[in-house]
Amino acid sequence: MADFETPVIKEYPIVPMLQRDVMSHSKPFTAKAQFQEELGFPGELPDNWQKIALDKMGELLGKYRGLRVFLDSCVKCGACTDKCHYFLGTTDAKNMPVARQDLLRSVYRRHFTLAGKLFPKLVGARELTKDVLDEWYSYFHQCSQCRRCSVYCPYGIDTAEISMAAREIMDSVGVGQKYCNEIIGKVYKIGNNLGLPKPALADTLEGLEEEVKEDTGVDVRFPLDEKGAEVLLITPSADFFAEPHVDGLIGYAKVFHQAGTSWTLSSYASEAANFGMFIGSYENTRKVALRIREAALDLGVKRIIFGECGHAWRVAYAFLNTMAGPFDFLDPRYPVPQHICEFTYDLLQRGALTIDKSANDHRVLTFHDSCNVARATRMGPKPGGQFEIPRAVIKAVCNNFHDMPQDTIGEGTYCCGGGGGLLTDDLMEVRVKGALPRMEALKYVVEEKKVTHMAAICAICKSQFSKVMPYYGFTMDQIISVHQLVGDAIVLGDKQ
Amino acid sequence: MSLSVAYALLFYFAAAVIALGLIYRIALYARTPAPLKIPTTPAPTTRSGVVMRMGREVVLFSSLFKSSKWTWLFGWLFHFSLLLILLRHLRYFLQPIPEWVILIQPFGKYAAFGMVIGLLGLWARRIFVDRVRYISSPSDHLMLVLLLAIALSGISMKFIWHTDIVSLKMFVLGLLRFDIEPLPADPGLLIHLGLVASLMIIFPFSKLLHAPGVFFSPTRNQVDNPRERRHVAPWATRLEGADGG
Repeated sequence: MADFETPVIKEYPIVPMLQRDVMSHSKPFTAKAQFQEELGFPGELPDNWQKIALDKMGELLGKYRGLRVFLDSCVKCGACTDKCHYFLGTTDAKNMPVARQDLLRSVYRRHFTLAGKLFPKLVGARELTKDVLDEWYSYFHQCSQCRRCSVYCPYGIDTAEISMAAREIMDSVGVGQKYCNEIIGKVYKIGNNLGLPKPALADTLEGLEEEVKEDTGVDVRFPLDEKGAEVLLITPSADFFAEPHVDGLIGYAKVFHQAGTSWTLSSYASEAANFGMFIGSYENTRKVALRIREAALDLGVKRIIFGECGHAWRVAYAFLNTMAGPFDFLDPRYPVPQHICEFTYDLLQRGALTIDKSANDHRVLTFHDSCNVARATRMGPKPGGQFEIPRAVIKAVCNNFHDMPQDTIGEGTYCCGGGGGLLTDDLMEVRVKGALPRMEALKYVVEEKKVTHMAAICAICKSQFSKVMPYYGFTMDQIISVHQLVGDAIVLGDKQ
Repeated sequence: MSLSVAYALLFYFAAAVIALGLIYRIALYARTPAPLKIPTTPAPTTRSGVVMRMGREVVLFSSLFKSSKWTWLFGWLFHFSLLLILLRHLRYFLQPIPEWVILIQPFGKYAAFGMVIGLLGLWARRIFVDRVRYISSPSDHLMLVLLLAIALSGISMKFIWHTDIVSLKMFVLGLLRFDIEPLPADPGLLIHLGLVASLMIIFPFSKLLHAPGVFFSPTRNQVDNPRERRHVAPWATRLEGADGG
């Protein structure tokens, strides 16, 4: 399967020398016409695709201030050039954030700026040819929209925004990515990314109730579509499906159980992730987000809480109110939406949960800050709460915790390598290589602090790590849900 | 005299281009909506916090400091020196010269060397660091050449071949009241002024737009409060009308 070499973890991370086009062969499968059309995009490349693409670019420039400012403002200072995990892992020059932006910026300059119209060679402007389009397809699917570059840019230029615009333009001429677009179609038809219909979902949840009963002797419920519940839990569908995700779901259920808070999942909005953002489509992102509003109204809940999911938390925290609000029908005493870590943290602060930390004594933990949680959202009232609250939760339920090196966590955290719509087997090479900086940081704490497990709060991170960690000599079960740790340590039953 | 007229016209043209060009661009940025909250977090949760964040970016280049100490050092040295030099040049536009402009004169004078060192450092990075070399277009090199030539021609007048500064000021003050006075025909001065006019003309069509751009960057200028306050762009509101949502 692997026809590429896994990068070697060096003693100290170093910035590699550039190589040209070593990843130009990396291309995800394209979406078939039928799946394109379901999302409102053409099924294949039309004859006048250049004009359509340029018109689309013009439209986006008028709709998104960020895009225009970002395309104008770059001075090519090079500050971002060594910040992308895909560059560090692949050494391909076009995986430097500025070089990736320039794939689009060069066309912008040719068609939308005076300098590029008059002196294209001088300012690096070029026509939108089929070769350029192919290059876009390759390299804008080697960006996980993790925003690490935007932290270090003196103008805050965010390559994620450029990648989203590029993908939107490509979709507008029928060149869509199979993985993302088929998944969005599944959400419209069935309600979640995995295509899990209601009966299967109900069956799974029933199985989980039995499992927890067997393990603990306590009746912990996993309610589905229960009208009048206080909380609607929106969680990534991976949580219904596989390790290590499902252990996180068991953790949430135990927390709700102990808190005495009634809650429910929705079969209609059985997905936290919103792949509409990955393809830069406001319309599709909004359409997916509106399902959550409809489910909340239909079930008559008072609060919405999101499970562990990184990009989902971005759409939830930063976009949900914009796209699917206002949520004036919910209980105004709580933020809309809340993160499950905020919910658990509040309970822990109040001493409302009985915790046996020794239940996690066989583990030594570190925490992977998921990119979109870290750089696009917040938890709690204070900036940086997105770093403190998950760690506070882990430390409240575990005795052994060590952070990875400072420049690899917090706002400088490295993406897992699978975010932004890249979590598909046809992109395995870029996923494995992009994980290098995180694997380096993990190896450091494994060797220095005897860390055994890395906890995360993102379905993509968890899936990606369970797949790529073996390439680097770790085992797939070393990635774990934060709420698995909570679930393992929580003492069920009456408060002691 | 025809030389004076030519330079006067050049400067009127350059001033019109930079002023109108920037007004057009800034109006474009200001009118284009930012439909989603996309501040790079952790971000301030209040307006005044955003003003502080922007202040740190513009005055201290705080993000650049995080990313590359050398680029920060040379970049900041260049920009701060340029600021001092520009302020020092107010003495050629104002009569009487304000006290504070007289006060900064010695600093502004030697800032020219800071500007040159900063520019040479930035250029060295562009030439010798393979990543920065790869991303550089000819225009990126030429911009540094232009700024260096402006600095060096200025230094040559200040420290070696002095020009007739009194006549120069008469010429400048004349321009301000649309009255063309004779301009000293020193080659150093003519080169310096010609290059400055070119820079002014290029400004609104080039990457120098980063100067107004940074203030409009949504990742830096947005308040982090999407849960507390609903934020919707006009074109997005129209979507809501369309489906009754």
